[in-house]
Amino acid sequence: MSFSRTKTSSFSRTVSSEGSARIPGVKHVANGVNLVSSGIADLDKILGGGLSLGTVVMIMEDPEAPHHLLLLRNFMSQGIVHNQPLLFASPVKDPRAFLGTLPSPVSPKDHKRESIPNRDPDQENGLRIAWQYKKYFGEQQIVEHQRDGSAEYCNDFDLRKPFGRQIVAMQTIDCISIQDSSSLALLQDRCSRFLAQYSRNDSGGIGSPARIAIQSLCAPQCGFASRDWDILSFIRSLRSMIRSSNAVAVISFPPSVLLPCMSKRLQHLSDTLLSVKAIPDEDKDLAELLTDYQDMVGLLRVHKVGRINTQVPFVLDTTTFSIKLQKRRSLVLERLNQAPVDGSSGSSYASSGSCSVSKTSSLDF
Amino acid sequence: MNNAVVNLLEEALGASNGRIILVEDCVEANGAFILHHIVKHVFATCNGEPGIVLFVALAQPFSHYERILRKLGCNLIAHMEKKKFVFFDMLKLDCPGVDGGTQKGGLVHLYQKIERAIQTVSPESKGIVTVVIDDISLLDVACHGSTAHVLDFLHYCQTLTSELDCSVVMLNHGDVYSSMADSRFNLHLEHLADILIKAEPLSTGVAADVHGQLTVINKGNTERGLAENKIRSFHFRVKENSVEYFFPGTLT
Repeated sequence: MSFSRTKTSSFSRTVSSEGSARIPGVKHVANGVNLVSSGIADLDKILGGGLSLGTVVMIMEDPEAPHHLLLLRNFMSQGIVHNQPLLFASPVKDPRAFLGTLPSPVSPKDHKRESIPNRDPDQENGLRIAWQYKKYFGEQQIVEHQRDGSAEYCNDFDLRKPFGRQIVAMQTIDCISIQDSSSLALLQDRCSRFLAQYSRNDSGGIGSPARIAIQSLCAPQCGFASRDWDILSFIRSLRSMIRSSNAVAVISFPPSVLLPCMSKRLQHLSDTLLSVKAIPDEDKDLAELLTDYQDMVGLLRVHKVGRINTQVPFVLDTTTFSIKLQKRRSLVLERLNQAPVDGSSGSSYASSGSCSVSKTSSLDF
Repeated sequence: MNNAVVNLLEEALGASNGRIILVEDCVEANGAFILHHIVKHVFATCNGEPGIVLFVALAQPFSHYERILRKLGCNLIAHMEKKKFVFFDMLKLDCPGVDGGTQKGGLVHLYQKIERAIQTVSPESKGIVTVVIDDISLLDVACHGSTAHVLDFLHYCQTLTSELDCSVVMLNHGDVYSSMADSRFNLHLEHLADILIKAEPLSTGVAADVHGQLTVINKGNTERGLAENKIRSFHFRVKENSVEYFFPGTLT
């Protein structure tokens, strides 16, 4: 076995981050984990920096809305911007056509010019109502984040501006249609060839990270409805291939068409598990409960965050986030903010007002 | 005081020689840290008569376990060189096949490998080998759902405990089978086990300093009667180099 010779003492030289720093779009963090960006700055922050290479990310789809495509598109676009090889599998006839809908990055100059002046007036604003502190802390962090110049790690994407036709013919993008395919062997074969070609990790060196995006695996149109076990063993083998290579896979699947135990098995097989949910248009209760309800597109839930090489689970403050489109073009994730309740806030104002009046009066006289 | 707190799990497990320990976890609370704990425990306590671990890995590669156990103060590579640790990389184990023959074949082969390994690492001494399987539900997937073969395999593993006095530790995902119409497989497993450890999330949701709750059901030694049958439950918090176990409300 090759690994038995590598390290015999428990002391080991920490691998210098120079190697990974040379590769654009890879962040080297503790435990020898390399991260790549998901293409959404907020999601990276939620997941502790990004998606770890060597893990499988699964997104549970909502049957009513295609929000998983938002995540997939940004993930794929980010890979293209960093010139990382990409494998895309989809249950449509022509998966390459989907590439034309990928959002293109906003150039950093435009971005800075627009975003910082917009935020500054808010920051300088002295008087502020004291609820939703966290929102403001978050903003400050974002500004600092951008000044660090780490915008290269995660670009901002303009959802209205597609990449255009030029990437459809790109060589580093591999597309497969999984519509009506008789078996998963074909897909598995393509995945293993793709991983072998682009991200061999056997030599120990870090090559360019590869990305695999699979849209709606197990959807009825794939035609493997009764092949639950094949799907499971496909994902299992994909996972074992990815573990030993320098790649990350994002797979979306519709849990509503699966048996509950199959869905649970898939959830166990994933390292990072997310789910997206649509927001019903006219939900009065929810609209009263949450601020910014009008701007929300959907909800994102983080069920678990995959951590390799450590046993400590990654615990989040909150697991549910709202998906918003800022200026109808960039994707933003925010924690949910509870709206103040009208009646109680009014009474508290009144009581505090009277209290302060009585206090000052007692001091003055 | 600190020592007593750390050892809640060990205390609940008791002497685990020749026993079958089943760890059941769920999506929200991962139970793999118990396997790490047990592996470390085997190497740590048996200094007089060194313990041996055979690790059948279906979920994670060696590098993952090696890093985790290094942080726990246990060098797997050194143990491997001393032939105290044998690692079976079964990540790519796949025994499909339309007929039962090939499905069975893969598991039979795996069992033979384990048996041969036990004979080579400890030809004469008994009761020092621990077989760790991570995890059973993937064994099930590798066999494309033929639970009968997996159960057969586990019955064979049970004979290891009775004949060679090995311990068997296995991880399983309880929620997979409880959402299944036919949960017999899980019931069979629970019946096989001498000690059942359930990892669950807190019912109040996730917390930064309490990661979940463990319930340890120790069926006790059948030879000494059922007096020992005890159920203990406590909370846990997983850290990089240790796991804290404490009774609810006693976190300092």
